[in-house]
Amino acid sequence: MNARNRELFALIPASLLLTAGFAAVFIQRDELLSTVSLTYGAIFLALCLAAHLVLRMTLPDADPYLFPLVAVLACFGLVMLYRLDEDFAREQAQWFVVGLIVFTATIVGLRQDHRVLERYRYVIALGGIMLLLLPRLGSPTNGAYLSFSMGPISFQPAELAKIAIVIFLASYLRDTRQVLVVGARRFMGITFPPLKHLGPLLAVWGTAMVLLFVIQDLGSSLMFFGGFLALVYVATNRISFVIIGLGLFALGARVLYAIRPTIESRVDGWLHPFDPELYNQQVGGSYQIAQSIFTQADGGFFGQGFGQALISVGDGPPLLPAAHTDFIYAVITDELGLLGAIAVLLVYLLIVERGFKTAMLATDSFSKLLATGLTAVLALQVFVIVGGVTKLIPLTGVTLPFISYGGSSIVANFILLALLLLVSDRARREAQEVR
Amino acid sequence: MNAPILKLFGLVLVLFAALLAMTSYNSVINADAYRENKLNARPQIEEQRIHRGAIRARDRSVLARSLQGDDDLYKRAYTPAGGLFAHAIGYDFLRSGRAGLEREYNDELTGERSELTSIFDELRGKQRVGDNVLTNLDPDAQRVAIEALQGRKGSVVAIEPATGKVRVMVSTPGYDPNKLDTKAGDGAPLFNRATQGGYVPGSTMKVVTAAAALDSGEFEPDSQVSGKSPIDIGGAPLANFSDEQFGNITLTQALTNSVNTVWGQVAEKLGHDTMGEYMKRFGFGTDPPLDYPDSQMRPSGVFDIKRERFLPLDSDQVDIGRVGIGQERLNVTPLQMATVAATVANRGVRMEPHLADRVVDVDGRTVERIEPKEAERVMDADSAAQLTQMMSNVVREGTGVGAALEGIEVAGKTGTAELNIAQRINQPWFIGFAPLNNARIAVAVTLENIQGAQSQGGAVAAPIAKVVMQELLK
Repeated sequence: MNARNRELFALIPASLLLTAGFAAVFIQRDELLSTVSLTYGAIFLALCLAAHLVLRMTLPDADPYLFPLVAVLACFGLVMLYRLDEDFAREQAQWFVVGLIVFTATIVGLRQDHRVLERYRYVIALGGIMLLLLPRLGSPTNGAYLSFSMGPISFQPAELAKIAIVIFLASYLRDTRQVLVVGARRFMGITFPPLKHLGPLLAVWGTAMVLLFVIQDLGSSLMFFGGFLALVYVATNRISFVIIGLGLFALGARVLYAIRPTIESRVDGWLHPFDPELYNQQVGGSYQIAQSIFTQADGGFFGQGFGQALISVGDGPPLLPAAHTDFIYAVITDELGLLGAIAVLLVYLLIVERGFKTAMLATDSFSKLLATGLTAVLALQVFVIVGGVTKLIPLTGVTLPFISYGGSSIVANFILLALLLLVSDRARREAQEVR
Repeated sequence: MNAPILKLFGLVLVLFAALLAMTSYNSVINADAYRENKLNARPQIEEQRIHRGAIRARDRSVLARSLQGDDDLYKRAYTPAGGLFAHAIGYDFLRSGRAGLEREYNDELTGERSELTSIFDELRGKQRVGDNVLTNLDPDAQRVAIEALQGRKGSVVAIEPATGKVRVMVSTPGYDPNKLDTKAGDGAPLFNRATQGGYVPGSTMKVVTAAAALDSGEFEPDSQVSGKSPIDIGGAPLANFSDEQFGNITLTQALTNSVNTVWGQVAEKLGHDTMGEYMKRFGFGTDPPLDYPDSQMRPSGVFDIKRERFLPLDSDQVDIGRVGIGQERLNVTPLQMATVAATVANRGVRMEPHLADRVVDVDGRTVERIEPKEAERVMDADSAAQLTQMMSNVVREGTGVGAALEGIEVAGKTGTAELNIAQRINQPWFIGFAPLNNARIAVAVTLENIQGAQSQGGAVAAPIAKVVMQELLK
């Protein structure tokens, strides 16, 4: 069976899951199992088929599992959002259409050779940094400059910036990886990169730190910097570079912790979520993380079932804030239990596996680094938000890719997927030709 | 570059394993602790989403039920209005919390099942519904008792001696649980005097002393003891009521006329160990075995106010002669004294008191029946029969005539704890049971701070016991 036919079959479980999910929500609400649930499933399937046809025509050899895995997450998120608020689900579905259009445009535009991106690497890097600075014009949410409003549309530029920065780094490191390794010197048992090339790397570190200070968002910074270190490591195979980088990041974070009250309160809330004083603090504090954990504690092994999680009481403020964005993982754990949460993590892990596999198959350095970087930031994003929600690390607001509500997140992650598929198509075709 | 990519994937696996571990910890491993966290309001809110079971009286009339509110939460409604059984039933509200039977039987009322049963119910699409609790409480007798108290502060407890079924539990002033979230009222209405009120028992304690005297074999009902007044007890003079003088009289006569000096001597003769042993057997010194929240009950015994604790029952720090006539620092609950009367009535066997009779599920099946349970044999049947005869004399011709019923023989004992002799402020008591040889009901009645010439137990408490018993024996 060729790749595209496998993809087509793999899409069937996704649409079945969607239909079953909507049916479950309807039954839970004691509504008649109307044709609406089937309609939703049909529309979603039609969207998936359209995307599938685009892939069939443009990237016939691309990885057959990436798109169906993403479709599973997307439809899962859609059911969750529908359960929380029908309006969220409707808007999210519209964003899916936009996302798929951008997805198609990216593929069509770059299908000849995605390596043209290298030519514009400085433009792209500059664009990414500009994007990140945009929210500085607006007002902060929860002390961090995360979103930028343009008319009715609120936009989180960090989502797009992460792709731009990965493209730039992949291209830059392709050029410099050899010299970074060859010129390295050992000093006090640690291998340091040559000074001449250390400069640009320090510049990247500096940029990440500046971003950290400017947007004051530890989560995004961690994501960018982690992606950067992953790329440096893969490009040079020098673990010492990563250790140096981590040390520098920790230094920057420590300084920020000392001078920025928002970061400090996040960390305190993480360390002592059930301290009554922090819990009852009006701004900041630990209310959100404590509620997130209480929500998960209701889940148990099998979960309470769709629609059973306690999100709000009457007309009062919600018990669990931001249930549709930051804390959607807590709601999933509550309603589908540990088993459901494991399933979601497993799907992400499979996507990551396909991403790295694509990177390993790719023959040119740029494609390898690009696929690695994109996969790494996706994995890190999942780690940062799920880790925050589960109290593994301090809570920072990034979205859960493909599941959380949010237009910019959907669009950006579809671009990310398109780039992975572009790399994959070329790599797999070349592998077949060699064989 | 493939080797580092593989290692990177290995790192991602480790990171995701950590996420998995944290999720497991939050949702399964440590979930119970999180659910019990004081900051976590979810369990309470969730329970308001369950159709909580009803609580019914003995005659099946509804005392508490759940009504659906505007949101998807249920709200508790208590009938009849005004809170007839406010203290026994308690309340269950999101803001005020939970008390009384509502608290004790919360698992049953919310239909709590084992996790496995819950999963099967969920799969079968069964909604969680609470079970109903049927109580032994008697609305008519409860009403009679409240009316007889005439707005004074006090308590009435009535128990079936053979089974321990609690038929009446009154504490005044009461409160309306339906208005609890807004206003409670004056005079500590939430305080359940029947189980939490610590009072000086006065002469009703002589029933305990008499039981110890007869059952230990040291005394017979016609043993002669001098009743002259005053005499030296515990190093201080003790006098009879109005300093009345008696010659050598029998224990029966001494109980009938409530002669302090006789019972003081009897208790001193029995000693700390014997008195302590019988008090323990009657249930003093520990929380009563009632199906009621522990935090709303207190034990009975000798209470050291300075150290804020009960002394051991056989402590030689106490003046045992005065314990024998219900003075010293004795501090007892109406429920304890009702248990004393019920034990004598049940031929010396103390039964565990219980408010609930059975738990019935939504389809009418009995899920759980609260069977009569023997707590302890306090004395042998012969001693109990002798004591019953002595107590019947009290009501026939002694201080307790106010409790006599027409055509039914009543046994009893009055008590008048003098709280302020100069101002004649007393704590009147009556404990008793009827009919004499096949007792169907035992009662304890007490009132707080009654002033005046007619403030003795025989004048104030005995008539209340009479009407309550009359109603319950109908």
